[in-house]
Amino acid sequence: MINAVLMASNDDVVTVTQAVPAGGEICYQREGETFSLAAATDVPLYHKAALRDLAEGSSVIKYGEHIGHATRPIGRGEHVHTQNLSSTL
Amino acid sequence: MHFMGYRRTDGHVGIRNHVVVMPGCICSAGAARKICEKSGATYLYNPNGCAQDARDTAMTLEILSGLIANGNVYGALIVGLGCESIQEARYMEAIRKKTDKPVRYISIQKEGGLGRTVAHGLELVAQLQQEARACRRESCDISELIVGLECGGSDPTSGFSINVVLGNTSDRLVDLGGTTILCETPEAIGAENILKRRGCTPQVGQQLYDAVLANERRHLEAGEDIRNVNPSPGNKAGGLTTLEEKSIGCVHKSGTRPFQAVYSYGQMVDKKGLVFMDGTAYDVASTMSLIAGGAQLVVFTTGLGTPVGSAIAPVLKATGNGHTAQWLEDIIDFDSSASITGEKTVEALGDELLKYICRVCDGELVKAEINGISDMAIDQMGSYC
Repeated sequence: MINAVLMASNDDVVTVTQAVPAGGEICYQREGETFSLAAATDVPLYHKAALRDLAEGSSVIKYGEHIGHATRPIGRGEHVHTQNLSSTL
Repeated sequence: MHFMGYRRTDGHVGIRNHVVVMPGCICSAGAARKICEKSGATYLYNPNGCAQDARDTAMTLEILSGLIANGNVYGALIVGLGCESIQEARYMEAIRKKTDKPVRYISIQKEGGLGRTVAHGLELVAQLQQEARACRRESCDISELIVGLECGGSDPTSGFSINVVLGNTSDRLVDLGGTTILCETPEAIGAENILKRRGCTPQVGQQLYDAVLANERRHLEAGEDIRNVNPSPGNKAGGLTTLEEKSIGCVHKSGTRPFQAVYSYGQMVDKKGLVFMDGTAYDVASTMSLIAGGAQLVVFTTGLGTPVGSAIAPVLKATGNGHTAQWLEDIIDFDSSASITGEKTVEALGDELLKYICRVCDGELVKAEINGISDMAIDQMGSYC
């Protein structure tokens, strides 16, 4: 069951289309193929989850574009929002 | 790819065939409306025409002349009062720069009252309607289509469903030789570096960048700090974290093709491909600028839903929110929520939207037309004089 959307194939995050509790499965499609990962934390509806480990200071990509940088290390499956992502403008 | 449109003597192509009656100023709006009620002509409401400073008068004239010049209009009757600041000669000068189509002008003070104005107006409109009825649809290449890209009442689904689908449709239209217009400069604040890279030349990229920063400066001078109040608390609760993310989600509806030019608010678009119109993010005032620029059709993406429409052009409502599509069924035309559930790909939905646009060009009515919605707003810098 697909419950997340990947905007561009090189994105670091997906957007969940249903709230996913910690330990729940996040399921998305990339170029017609289905992938899944476990949510490391709760991910609220329409919020982002990391697809890979991201080091502190690293660029975070969504829509194939830079949307900010990680303000602390982010683990795969973790909720990505104001607590760990900040604007670079 | 082709659609059945109306070829005008000025070279424009229309997908509707309106005879419009427009008040030359707000004081003559009642007379213009009465003429429309009795004749079935299209009422083009105009809130301005008097008591504006030079900048605002110029913007008003740019929009009103552009709406009348739009290919969807066969001809027009302007009904003035007589003493207003924009007189017949100024209207005609602005209109004649854009089109040679039939435009008539009468005024209440010269005609001798309301009754005589309505009676004379009805005669002039009957003549225009008779001529308009003789116009026939002809096969026109899709490259003659100009589609405005607008959004309003957005929700989280806008950024990850419908704006992405519309971006795909925009790319398809551009690749077929057509024109699409992105607008709403304040919503691009935060995406200025991305727009800069998307100019077809470094000069156009710089124009895009400068337009966004100039818009931001104007808002700052007026006490509005767009960069530091966005994303709003509501946006953040909905999952948007940074300004870059919000702005990219918005400009995403323009797809991926390079920008060919930057136009001022309501300026007539004369280049093919994707272009940018520098103007307000106020939905209706922005929609009017797209139609004044020549868009025969506007695709308006929404998450929460809005019934907005225009007297001149179909305003097609598209949403990625499946609940909105059902709950507000009588105002929503296109639902892209299948991209969220994975039932359909963005590519398939982008193709569906393009085919639907072609049907609307051929004459299929959108909900805003069926509902008879004809909103009007024109941006202004100052208050009335």
